[in-house]
Amino acid sequence: MIDYDKVLSKTAVEMKPSGIRKFFDIAQTIEGVISLGVGEPDFKTPWKIRQAAIDSLEKGKTVYTANAGLIELRKEISKYFERTINIKYAPEEEIVVTVGGSEAIDISIRTIVEPGDEVLIVEPCFVCYSPIVSLSGGVPVVIETKAENEFRLMPEELKAKITDKTKLLILPYPNNPTGAIMERENLEAIAEVLRDTNIMVISDEIYSELTYSGEHCSIAEIDGMKERTIVINGFSKSFAMTGWRLGFMAGPKDVIKHCLKLHQYAIMSSPTTSQYAAVVALQSCEKDIEKMRNEYNMRRRYIVDAFNKLGLDCFAPQGAFYVFPCIKSTGMTSDDFCEKLIFSKKVAVVPGTAFGKSGEGFVRVSYAYSINHLQEAVKRIAEFLEEIK
Amino acid sequence: MNSLIKLLKTNARLTNAELAVMLGKTEQEVAEDIKKLECDGVIKGYSAIIDESAIDTNSVYAFIELKVTPQSQSGFDEIANEISQYEQVESVKLMSGAYDISVAVTGGNIRDVSQFVSQKLAAIDAVQSTATHFVLKSYKDNGIIINGDETDERGMISP
Ligand SMILES: Cc1ncc(COP(=O)(O)O)c(C=O)c1O
Repeated sequence: MIDYDKVLSKTAVEMKPSGIRKFFDIAQTIEGVISLGVGEPDFKTPWKIRQAAIDSLEKGKTVYTANAGLIELRKEISKYFERTINIKYAPEEEIVVTVGGSEAIDISIRTIVEPGDEVLIVEPCFVCYSPIVSLSGGVPVVIETKAENEFRLMPEELKAKITDKTKLLILPYPNNPTGAIMERENLEAIAEVLRDTNIMVISDEIYSELTYSGEHCSIAEIDGMKERTIVINGFSKSFAMTGWRLGFMAGPKDVIKHCLKLHQYAIMSSPTTSQYAAVVALQSCEKDIEKMRNEYNMRRRYIVDAFNKLGLDCFAPQGAFYVFPCIKSTGMTSDDFCEKLIFSKKVAVVPGTAFGKSGEGFVRVSYAYSINHLQEAVKRIAEFLEEIK
Repeated sequence: MNSLIKLLKTNARLTNAELAVMLGKTEQEVAEDIKKLECDGVIKGYSAIIDESAIDTNSVYAFIELKVTPQSQSGFDEIANEISQYEQVESVKLMSGAYDISVAVTGGNIRDVSQFVSQKLAAIDAVQSTATHFVLKSYKDNGIIINGDETDERGMISP
């Protein structure tokens, strides 16, 4: 018998399964659940984009692309950055097309982090940053954001966690799970702290198109920041393309060229069909994005109002498609609340703690659902709150 | 206004209070907007979207294409208005192309509709010819998907 304890990497074995997973397993056993737990759009990918993929297959475009991605696509990405955040990235050497934002996060962290390096992680946040930092032997250093600051990263909080070993800040805005955003002035203050350091920033802007108050701003736009920032974005959320597995990253060429080596050895090139579809997404889908954004925005207003009326305090988030109501008034922990809610009313929401300790006392509610669905869920949550009084 | 219309089209039973929240307006503003849409004749009424086949499996729905001789004074209006009076007629539209007027008709069964076409529509002097198409199955009506197998393929929980 082989002894797996002896063959498996300690790092892999010690890696904690995502907190979401545990709750997923519970939800799975219950029938008739109405879920507010999903982190992906309910819209189908716009037809034009699907058509472009079909066309490419009909033409037999079924081979690897260039490692960094189709040059036509990189040129469109370059134009996209210029029109959305007003930064010029060279398609030939500053952009890589990746397998989702996920891969971009993975290879950019690995390109930068060495054993012992400290990486600042702004929590609550998406689940993958810490495990990947640990894979590289890095030390995740958590910065907890607070509801009273609308879950924005404050410059003092950042300053307090910087040491000689700090190598990297992962900036996750618009934020999953809180829906928080960072406005230009907030980013200016962060840039002020970082400008004279040797700290890099990975800015995960996968929800950039889903910003409901004014335009999305990237930290790379702020003076002196482009040279120390890797911007990550993708097609999953803004174009409703989660299953296509396509994202992209841009940054200084002296960083990107090393990221590209990791990408090349691990992936070769991102899915070809998806890349052809993505060219059309960037060329001609601004209206579709706007329509989806307007729809999310209506749901956002509805759900924020509904939770506040239920007595679960909920700040009005300005980004992504999540709200993060506070459930402390029920006296329960996040885990308890979610478990009781799903068992008694069959409504699935995700405990805030799945996104970091600072998520305790909150739950993540996704509004990537139709209004009718949201209304039914709210009705059940209202009954639940009534019953536990 | 467009967002308001869209919301009402998919669910006319949303209250003004609910609409106001979703649109970021006050209830009063929403009430005024709706009033205006009604006065301007943009909103003609509020009705439920019914899947007739779910009530009565024999009921039928048909589109009838009419070729019509236009009248010297009123063109097609008079005929179209006349046809609109019948209770079984769901919609009447003047069309460009190979025929002139499209009429949607419901009936308890195929014979009802056939009789209506031969005895009422074909009997109108100005009607030169009719072509009746029975609907076999409805997939989407008034922008609402019915009868679809649109299941949510997403998992229940994802990051
Ligand atoms: C904040 C954040 N970043 C990145 C991703 C990864 O998305 P993808 O790999 O589909 O581009 C997600 C997905 O949920 C996310 O929420």
